[in-house]
Amino acid sequence: MIHSLFLINYTGDIFLEKHWKSVINRSVCDYFFEAKEKALEPENVPPILQTPHHYLINIYRGKLFFLAVIQTEVPPLFVIEFLHKVADTLQDYFGDCSEGVIKDNLVTVYEILEEMLDNGFPLATESNVLQEMIRPPTILRSVVNTLTGGSNVGDTLPTGQLSNIPWRRAGVKYTNNEAYFDVIEEIDAILDKSGSTVFAEIQGVIEACVRLTGMPDLTLSFMNPRLLDDVSFHPCVRFKRWESERVLSFIPPDGNFTLMTYHVSSQNLVAIPVYVKQNISFMETGSCGRLDITIGPKQTMGKTVEGLLVTIHMPKAVLSANLTATQGNYTYDLATKVLVWDVGKLNPQKLPNLRGSLSVQSGAPKPEENPSLNIDMKIQQLAISGLKVNRLDMYGEKYKPFKGVKYLTRAGKFQVRT
Amino acid sequence: MSASSAFNDEKGGSSSVGEPEYGHDPASGGIFSSDYKRHDDLKEMLDSNKDSLKLEAMKRIVAMIARGKNASDLFPAVVKNVACKNIEVKKLVYVYLVRYAEEQQDLALLSISTFQRGLKDPNQLIRASALRVLSSIRVTIIVPIMMLAIKEAASDMSPYVRKTAAHAIPKLYSLDPDQKDQLIEVIEKLLADKTTLVAGSVVMAFEEVCPERIDLIHKNYRKLCNLLIDVEEWGQVVIINMLTRYARTQFLNPNINESLLEEGGSGDKTFYGSDGNDDDDEDEEDKEKKAEAAALAKRKPYVMDPDHRLLLRNTKPLLQSRNAAVVMAVAQLYFHLAPKAEVGVIAKALVRLLRSHSEVQYVVLQNVATMTIKRRGMFEPYLKSFYIRSTDPTQIKILKLEVLTNLANETNISTILREFQTYIKSVDKDFVAATIQAIGRCATNIGEVRDTCLNGLVQLLSNRDELVVAESVVVIKKLLQMQPEKHSDIIKHMAKLTDNIQVPMARASILWLIGEYCEHVPKIAPDVLRKMAKSFTNEEDIVKLQILNLAAKLYLTNSKQTKLLTQYVLNLAKYDQNYDIRDRARFIRQLIVPTEKSGALSKYAKKLFLALKPAPVLESPFKDRDHFQLGSLSHLLNAKAGGYQELPDWPEAAPDPSVRNVEVPEWTKCSSREKRKEKKVEKPFYSDSEGESGPTESADSESYSSSGSDSASASAESGSGSQSEESEDASDSEEEEEEEDKKKVWKKEFKKLAQGSESEQSSESDERKRARKSKQQKSESESETDGDEESDSESSQSESDDSESEVDVKNKKAVQSKAPSKPVIKETKKEKKEMSLLDLDDFEPAPSPQVTPVNSFLSSSLVTDLEGLSLSDSVLSPAAISPSGTQKCYELLHRISGEGLSVEYCFSRQPFGPDANMVAVQMHFANSAATDAKNLHMEDVKLQSGMRVTDFPEIELLPAGETTTAVMGIDFCDSTQAANFQLCTHSRKFFVSIQPPVGELMKPVFMTENEFKKEQGQLMGMNEITEKLTLDVKCRNEHAIVQRVSAAANLSRVPCGSDKECRFAGRTVSGGSLVLVTVATEEDGSARLTLNCEKMVIGTMLVKDVLLALTQ
Repeated sequence: MIHSLFLINYTGDIFLEKHWKSVINRSVCDYFFEAKEKALEPENVPPILQTPHHYLINIYRGKLFFLAVIQTEVPPLFVIEFLHKVADTLQDYFGDCSEGVIKDNLVTVYEILEEMLDNGFPLATESNVLQEMIRPPTILRSVVNTLTGGSNVGDTLPTGQLSNIPWRRAGVKYTNNEAYFDVIEEIDAILDKSGSTVFAEIQGVIEACVRLTGMPDLTLSFMNPRLLDDVSFHPCVRFKRWESERVLSFIPPDGNFTLMTYHVSSQNLVAIPVYVKQNISFMETGSCGRLDITIGPKQTMGKTVEGLLVTIHMPKAVLSANLTATQGNYTYDLATKVLVWDVGKLNPQKLPNLRGSLSVQSGAPKPEENPSLNIDMKIQQLAISGLKVNRLDMYGEKYKPFKGVKYLTRAGKFQVRT
Repeated sequence: MSASSAFNDEKGGSSSVGEPEYGHDPASGGIFSSDYKRHDDLKEMLDSNKDSLKLEAMKRIVAMIARGKNASDLFPAVVKNVACKNIEVKKLVYVYLVRYAEEQQDLALLSISTFQRGLKDPNQLIRASALRVLSSIRVTIIVPIMMLAIKEAASDMSPYVRKTAAHAIPKLYSLDPDQKDQLIEVIEKLLADKTTLVAGSVVMAFEEVCPERIDLIHKNYRKLCNLLIDVEEWGQVVIINMLTRYARTQFLNPNINESLLEEGGSGDKTFYGSDGNDDDDEDEEDKEKKAEAAALAKRKPYVMDPDHRLLLRNTKPLLQSRNAAVVMAVAQLYFHLAPKAEVGVIAKALVRLLRSHSEVQYVVLQNVATMTIKRRGMFEPYLKSFYIRSTDPTQIKILKLEVLTNLANETNISTILREFQTYIKSVDKDFVAATIQAIGRCATNIGEVRDTCLNGLVQLLSNRDELVVAESVVVIKKLLQMQPEKHSDIIKHMAKLTDNIQVPMARASILWLIGEYCEHVPKIAPDVLRKMAKSFTNEEDIVKLQILNLAAKLYLTNSKQTKLLTQYVLNLAKYDQNYDIRDRARFIRQLIVPTEKSGALSKYAKKLFLALKPAPVLESPFKDRDHFQLGSLSHLLNAKAGGYQELPDWPEAAPDPSVRNVEVPEWTKCSSREKRKEKKVEKPFYSDSEGESGPTESADSESYSSSGSDSASASAESGSGSQSEESEDASDSEEEEEEEDKKKVWKKEFKKLAQGSESEQSSESDERKRARKSKQQKSESESETDGDEESDSESSQSESDDSESEVDVKNKKAVQSKAPSKPVIKETKKEKKEMSLLDLDDFEPAPSPQVTPVNSFLSSSLVTDLEGLSLSDSVLSPAAISPSGTQKCYELLHRISGEGLSVEYCFSRQPFGPDANMVAVQMHFANSAATDAKNLHMEDVKLQSGMRVTDFPEIELLPAGETTTAVMGIDFCDSTQAANFQLCTHSRKFFVSIQPPVGELMKPVFMTENEFKKEQGQLMGMNEITEKLTLDVKCRNEHAIVQRVSAAANLSRVPCGSDKECRFAGRTVSGGSLVLVTVATEEDGSARLTLNCEKMVIGTMLVKDVLLALTQ
């Protein structure tokens, strides 16, 4: 299975290596660097590379490449999912998964990696179990450690791995027992030039933050579970219960986790919260172009659209932009040719507008394509699909937990073609 | 050297790990001077007594390793600390050892003994980690030690250690492949493991060590299917992939009838060859397929193997997994194994994965692309999910494009083309080129839109971007080749383009096109040649070659106009710098220009140049990739990766399905206590999955054991299974409480059998009959229930066994289904089980009743043989005898008086869970009437004062011909008074009564000889009853006495020094008064029975019973 792992930063330095079988020289990464050169953009590096003796599988996350070396047949997704799991775990531990953080906690990271794989096969990947074996650093503990010379290795032996609920650690205790659920929905949409919908769908996710003492057994039910078309669950959810009764019944892991993701059935028409009127044109002669964008609310269910942000990847020929925004402000990055207009809250009375001229490199041909607009926004306290949590019940423990559900809608891959 | 300075830097503190490595430490001096003592400080720290210093040093060393710096020279200093008490230091030392042991083999051996000690540690986690590190040390000398450790760990009590053992197997195998045979044995053993923790890891080991030994899977197949949902994610992936391969070898192709007809014919046709000018081999293929299909149609209709169904059903929920690898694994399983109609379910899940990380998208799209070629319909509803966003990475865009192209058909082509139109305007030129290619493919595949596409492409010819134009030209060229005669105007248009287009490939394509179809454009062609001749010297090589080609073709068709031009061009080419072009020119000249020297070939020049060329087939690069297992690395690379296991073809005829029947559940030495605990907790979690495994499998005994104490309903369905299997199962699993419920059912089965074979039994030996008679008498005297004494042979049979000890019964059971020639093996097996029972003593037994099946298939001589065997063991442990003995069944309701409903009861000698003061009474209901009995319950209980009854739960329905059991509890208040009540069905009420024999009113107590004597001393005088007796002839050994006494009364044996005395102890169930029995034997067969009990009534009654038991 997974033979070795190299962590490589954006510029191509290998700053961590871990081998689970015999050592493989880091020169194997040269093949990767070659591919990286060729691909120009890091997103375009092929995830799977073949070298004479090895296969390299890499993921790109947080400006870092996680490069796994394998020697024999293995499902590629297995490796990719595992690498993402590593990144998730590091994020969990240190709150961030960047080069600096990893370098600061090199020994801890190395130990985590040691525990996650045995002979290249995953051993303990649940962060609840890992955190029992290798405690995540906290400010208090790092202070204590520097004074006493202690480390983050747990001094008690973990039991989580041995229990039949591998995702939850034993002996959880809180003074305040609370369970929060965030229902977050994302609208993926492609709108065409005229504003009509080419494609739209709603993807949802329920993020949970559960801090409950003991072994609580939770049941979450929805008012309208029929809306959900396709779902995937955290392993703690009892699938049979869902199939027969459409309720989520589970013993939660401790802390933050993703309870489920879902897709709203495609029969329902997707409400598009905003409309965009845009006109971007380039003159045939004379090196300039015009830009005029107006955004207005469409179907917002009476809520306010916030955090509105428009991103446009301009053609390479556009040199600069001279625009005026009636609301918010804009920046144009000359190097990446990205125009960002941060609108903020959408005011239905006074629609935000951005207009002005673009100057194009003289002599260059008129850009072929009009750039498409990527839109970001969020609407608080609304699940655009109409999904509603009915109730949350707890069994198995006596105390009364504090419960809360929050809804949020935001734009996923929301694109307007021009 | 930078490293050395870095360490000096790092002294500052633990946080400095990530600091720049190029510190300037004056002490480090020159480049080489510090080298040989560069780690001195670390060594010093490691040698110190302080744990904190050691820890600090180890941290810095591990940080070096992590960054890929060499720290091997510290090995001696580090290895010394392997036995360090501090767990943190120890862990880091382990990390170091695993990394460097290979390089420093001799020194590494110093640490081995520490791990060997660790393997014996009482803590399972320490055992596991010792094995883990030991097996990770890649030193060949320790192979035998590793082998031993793995073998031992494979039968460890803790599933976690067993899991580690499974992980160690591939490690050892890679170190020394010669150990394969031994390792396979271990794998076989671990495959039989029933815990979810082990399943994934052992299958992984199986895949790495012996993937070809598919025969090892047979017995575990059903178990793996049933466990699958509870295995951790990574294990699921491995198991599913392995099972896919397994299923391909064991089951028949579910699409055997329709697939060939539909897919082989129409499916491919619409794609690649509606024109009729297909390649020849494709036609042949078609023919072959048709013939095959015809042959198949004659076969009998396909019926899916229940095991095949089981696999499909149990993997389906995993499509909802959060782990993309699991979803993909299930998807490929369905793609390769499911009937065509069912494959569709995977589409939705795969489309969901497209929301995931781009690397996941990349892999999924590759697989979807392959799937869409074979099963286009599956993804058609999700067409829009493959629409491309401008922010997608190029490689994703191109894959999505591939999928969209594969999905295109007559109905959706207009939408797809509209999408394509947007894509053509993209900034990403690679993507645009791919889009144009895609349009070309759509045009070839779908006849209706060919003209539209062609027009669109022609429009693109006026695009400003040269790359777009060039790509279009290339595609148009291919399209035109299919029907050139209609499109002379397009060719003309393209001829005009030669003035503008500079991209060599495009120019070459145009020239080729004009040359090929010069007859359609007779006027333009020579003119183009003229222009080209002018610019010949400035052209690219590829264009020059095509100019030569064009010239040659024109010369052959239109030599009048172009003769001179051709000569000119050939002359130019003759002096070209490129030898390829010079060669070509010489060749063409010889061929087309007739000279006296040119031979036979020139006659055929026209045929050579203007032969009808087949149109190119535009096909997906993903065609035929599905011969690789989907989701595999090999599929993705379209090349066999090392260690790839071919997906076998479906077998022509299904191999014997009975190999998967599980006959003897492997006796794993793992403590069942461990397992049981798990099961107990597990039940509420996972029991939901059990409903699934029920209905269709028959004789699937494995599934029951894996699902713990399964409901009787599930096992009842297995009644149709082969009886021999079941009975064996029952006998073997007897001690395992989780299987007790199952037993109930087995017992019923036996009863049925027994009823059926009544006539056969009449031919039994006389001896036996005699024994039976005597027993019958005994039962009459014992229980004064005046139930009809014409009781059917069942009850009398059951009594006939009473005298025999439970050991006999066990033996008999063990033997009854196996051939009687194997008693010895069975015997040893039994021994083991008793051992395990012993260490389970403290575990509270479940309240479920135990009734041993009654059987009479054995000749009595065999029984005595077996008795002899068991006697040869030195001392019978008291625990082995006491708790579950043979039980007599008493009649509660005869089937005649009960109008078809017959009820028996027996005393199961198990503690009654809800109330410790009650005696558990197990009732067996058998409905032999033609109608169902409903709402069986108790009413109107009449009791003596003080007595209490706990009703059995109401039985809602007892269908005709079925049997069931229930348990009730009665507190008899230590008297033999009967409990009277009414047994009610929905229609009738029956008065019944239960009267206990006095021996059942007590529960066994375990005590030592000294305790016994002490207690006995306190119960003298009035409380002591002594009787003299002469022992029955057959009852003159210790063993027989023990058997008979424990059959008569629920007492446990007290260990005793002398072999002349047998002692038994118990307490009454509700009062808790001690009952002590002593039987002292003499040489001549006489004996003295002493009974001490503070309740004199009980005492006297019990003495009578015991006397009777011993003398008859």
